[in-house]
Amino acid sequence: MRLQIENLSVKRGEELVLSALSFEVQQGRALIVRGHNGAGKSTLLRAIAGLLPHESGRILIAESPPEFAAASVPQLCHYLGGDNAMKAAMSVGENLKFWRDFSGQTHLEIDEALDIVGLDGLQTVPFAHLSTGQRRRIGIARLLVNYRPIWILDEPTSGLDAASEEQFAALMNVHLEDGGLIIAATHVPLGLESADELELSEVSVEGNH
Amino acid sequence: MTALLARDLRLALRSGGGAATALLFYLAVVVAMPFAVGPNAELLATIGGATLWIGALLAGLLGLERLFQTDHEDGSLDQMMLSPVPLPAQVFVKSLAHWLVTGLPLTVMVPVFGLFLGMQETAIAASIATLLVGTPAISFIGAVGAAVTVSLPRGGLLLSVLVLPLCIPVLIFGVGAIRAAVTEPDPFLPPFLLVTAISLFFSVLGPFASAYALRQGLD
Repeated sequence: MRLQIENLSVKRGEELVLSALSFEVQQGRALIVRGHNGAGKSTLLRAIAGLLPHESGRILIAESPPEFAAASVPQLCHYLGGDNAMKAAMSVGENLKFWRDFSGQTHLEIDEALDIVGLDGLQTVPFAHLSTGQRRRIGIARLLVNYRPIWILDEPTSGLDAASEEQFAALMNVHLEDGGLIIAATHVPLGLESADELELSEVSVEGNH
Repeated sequence: MTALLARDLRLALRSGGGAATALLFYLAVVVAMPFAVGPNAELLATIGGATLWIGALLAGLLGLERLFQTDHEDGSLDQMMLSPVPLPAQVFVKSLAHWLVTGLPLTVMVPVFGLFLGMQETAIAASIATLLVGTPAISFIGAVGAAVTVSLPRGGLLLSVLVLPLCIPVLIFGVGAIRAAVTEPDPFLPPFLLVTAISLFFSVLGPFASAYALRQGLD
């Protein structure tokens, strides 16, 4: 499986944030998107996940896995943005169960996923009672309850402590070994064994003028 | 899909959800009416059907603002876009959940509220029938307004301005059918069927229009 981005241009309002960006991410590889604030990292990630319309260019999947043969690119993607997509009024278990039932291609059980992020036993706790770091870890657990080969991560480690960061790095490495691929925007090292980098600053300069 | 329905119903019935608020608001409107009309039981009964409909319309609009806004704020809407379930189908289910916790309870309470307004049995029966088939239209039309105003702070006011005019036909034929039920030569069925038709029409158009608006509103 390969994710190919060809000549991607994305506008936000009237301003061209990304212009004619082309790259490819291979199965089992991670791409780290770098750039100063406002360089268009989040815009790029949201555009790939189909959460922003693009002006021109194409986002393609080559050799997609058989169980996803009929799926569009967004349906292959797990997107972890600034928000964790959890309801404060529901318990941790209810939240994860909802996404597990809703998003298709169920993968790990909720207990297992919580165990992996180190929050086993919190199923019945309301999501509102958790700390920022714990909430992020529940957000990460969501990536595990459904299987999707492409992980799109926007500052995934924000709010995590050192131990959780390490745990998450191990999780990402396992995902890559299993044939997944990761595109992450971040300012801090994620602890991936090998990763390609994409620097967005030049694109942004073009876009601003 | 059932997961989405179950989640929305659960959220609506929890504290801070809209279900109880809408019902209390409806009660408040109905109870305030006799005070406004004064000691004229006949007049009160005459405008009873209209009062029930106006109350249902306003109560229905109450929770609509939050239909997609909460999902937008906590990032759930992004995840819904990535779902294999088509977006119009998701909107249909969310609108249905909204109706189940607003329109349906309001309809069920009509026998009690009709008594407050001194309405005849036939008028009460007609009110139940028209509200049952008419209130879904409010939820489905409202979903479009909710989708258009999803990213606006204080979108509720704009939502009401957008949705109320579109609900006027439902109101006209709904109240018309109730009046026809108690006024002799007027037939009940034609306005009643028109209300049903409007509901069915918007149950199809609403989800698609809403899904389109949600996609356009992505940011």
